[in-house]
Amino acid sequence: MCVNLVRLFVNEARSSGLTRGNVMSTVPMIKAVINGFPVEVPAGTSILDAAKKVQVNIPTLCKHADLTASAGCGICIVKVKNNRKLLRACCTPIEMNMDITTSDAEIIQIRRTVLELILSNHPTDCLICGRNNNCELQTLAAEFGICEDRFERILPEIPVDRSTETIILEPKKCIKCGRCVDVCQNTQDVWALSFIDRGFKTRIAPAGDIQLADSPCVRCGQCSAHCPTGAILENDETQKVWDILHDANKYCVVQIAPAVRVAIGEGFGYPVGTNLTKKLYTLLRRLGFKAIFDTNFGADLTILEEAGEFVERFAHQKGPLPLITSCCPAWVDYLEKYYGDMIAHFSTAKSPHEMVGALTKTYYAQKKNIDPSTIKVVSIMPCTAKKYEISRTEDMSSSGFQDVDISLTTRELIRMIKQSGVDFKNLPDEDADLILGDYAGAGTIFGATGGVMEAALRTAYFNVTGENLADVNFQAVRGLEGVKETTVDVKGTQVKVAVAHGLANVKAVMEKVKAAIKNNEPLPYHFIEVMACPGGCVGGGGQPYMVTDEIRKQRAKGLYDEDAGLKIRCSHENVHVQQLYKDFLEKPLSHKAHQLLHTHYVSRPVYIK
Amino acid sequence: MVVETLTEDVKKVVERWKDKEGNLIMVLHDVQDRYGYVPREAALEVSRQLNAPLARIYEVMTFYNYFRLQAPGKVNISVCLGTACYLKGAPDLIAEIRHILNVEEGKTTKDGKFHLQIVRCLGCCGLAPVITVDHKVYSAVKRSDVVNIIAEYANKDIDK
Repeated sequence: MCVNLVRLFVNEARSSGLTRGNVMSTVPMIKAVINGFPVEVPAGTSILDAAKKVQVNIPTLCKHADLTASAGCGICIVKVKNNRKLLRACCTPIEMNMDITTSDAEIIQIRRTVLELILSNHPTDCLICGRNNNCELQTLAAEFGICEDRFERILPEIPVDRSTETIILEPKKCIKCGRCVDVCQNTQDVWALSFIDRGFKTRIAPAGDIQLADSPCVRCGQCSAHCPTGAILENDETQKVWDILHDANKYCVVQIAPAVRVAIGEGFGYPVGTNLTKKLYTLLRRLGFKAIFDTNFGADLTILEEAGEFVERFAHQKGPLPLITSCCPAWVDYLEKYYGDMIAHFSTAKSPHEMVGALTKTYYAQKKNIDPSTIKVVSIMPCTAKKYEISRTEDMSSSGFQDVDISLTTRELIRMIKQSGVDFKNLPDEDADLILGDYAGAGTIFGATGGVMEAALRTAYFNVTGENLADVNFQAVRGLEGVKETTVDVKGTQVKVAVAHGLANVKAVMEKVKAAIKNNEPLPYHFIEVMACPGGCVGGGGQPYMVTDEIRKQRAKGLYDEDAGLKIRCSHENVHVQQLYKDFLEKPLSHKAHQLLHTHYVSRPVYIK
Repeated sequence: MVVETLTEDVKKVVERWKDKEGNLIMVLHDVQDRYGYVPREAALEVSRQLNAPLARIYEVMTFYNYFRLQAPGKVNISVCLGTACYLKGAPDLIAEIRHILNVEEGKTTKDGKFHLQIVRCLGCCGLAPVITVDHKVYSAVKRSDVVNIIAEYANKDIDK
């Protein structure tokens, strides 16, 4: 089995446009039989997907719903009548009148042998692995009842790469499924991870075996969210949080990001997209946090600063257009690496959790008369890159201390809840703490692609016209289309906006802008939102495993439903944000706001060292 | 490695192949012909000029055995691992060379002097096991011969 060669072919097919997923309405239907059941699916559907239509799951270790089949693992083999070869269901399109068998004694025996061979190159220290109990390889080994080593175990000796301090790469646990490489190169267009060498020596590594931190890696964590085993993990910092909670001299404060509230339930058997905001507040209070804040408050504040910047540039020509959003730390990293020449277009507003961190250690500390040196701020994020962002530059210590001390992913919080023994599902609802805890609908939709743009437009419209929009919903910037464009009429002035998510979708938008600037043509857009992960933060690299577009939609729906049900939907109407400006910051973009809520960027091209 | 003409060298090569589909491999071949291997600086330059990610370039270079990422040694030792040589004890010879020179297959000694290469059948199976050092053939080599063969070159002034 030659994984690499298949991979090269797959990539060839991609570049020549032969990819799946472009099913048009005119696609003919294929009729076939799977395990004796008739099935009818559009041409191009794989046997693996067709089987699901007749309630048949074909096991696989390499195929992920998000990604192109790599045919890497060999577990999904099936038999087709009158074909003496075994075919891989993930990469074989179903054909007319195929008579397919997905399971019999021989197929099960072969699958077991393939699994045993994979296990013969995999460590068996499952009990001390970060994926213990949710590893796809471990699950399959359990399902196939593998209880002994039939083959001699040979493990490659490749050191662990902890260089990014956010993503831990342990190539020895890699089964060469290719998901991380596919998502890094094709979904994200980052090209930090690649397959090096061939055959038994094949391994995942950055170009030429350098450290991940020296590669183009932007710490988006999509590799970790797609890895079937423990080969790529988020840097688990739960112990650090327990330690500060245990320390009586620390005043521990926590905040949760928008996208966490609609994904955390997946760890506890809730339907996907269930919004558990108020249960999370109760839970965090029970864990021992002294103040429960919400990153959504920071999102409202980000909007006031960012919409303020936009209006300055758009209405008063102070600064270049288009303005580009900067809430996403993986996108910030990407921009500094690849678009150093566009830094002037970047919003200097910090991301919401950084704003809440800075204000906790200044505004809140002063109001409550707490020594800020004793405050520890923990942020619960759907994101691995936030772990990097909290110490990105000295701007992240604008309060005089590091503004956010520890950033956990949703996955880490799920583990903490389970460790704590709190019966999460049966917790009552509670509210967050004032004065950094309440939010408008605009703040909560920050977690989905298009949400920042929509929230900003609601406030920018008000800033320009002095009136609120009659309808605050911007359907055109919602949904999973890779690049969304729309024009907003602001009392006769047309504002052109674009929203991109999944870093591979950014290039087209940026190149369009750069070309227009170069040729002195009218700008294609005035305002651009970018989120690095597909679907935005709801599909973040720190979210629960096995995400699909359907799951992204459900999580986003949880946020949009919350927004629709709130009385206050515009950030500028958040009374505690108004109070904050009155008591402390004066007005958006004030000197103090700049000091605490804004940052700057530097060009850092890759591969220079 | 610092080559002042690197940018120009790569430019010429890229110019030669720029209209061909799948030109990365051809470009890398030419670079290796020029330097004897593909230095990292050259790979970076190819990446810039072809607008191809460095990761893709290393995927290709490490996939195909032909490409070398390290400067070749001044003396190239090739050990045949064809069937006859294998059966006649070539693995012992490799072990001995690795032991004496502290070098892995496909790699060059730290001092840059010796490069150890494994080849498949040199076409003289009757002489098995066979080692060639540069272009000189050593036949029916015994493990105990290896140290003397290496000594011949180790003591020679080999600055070609």
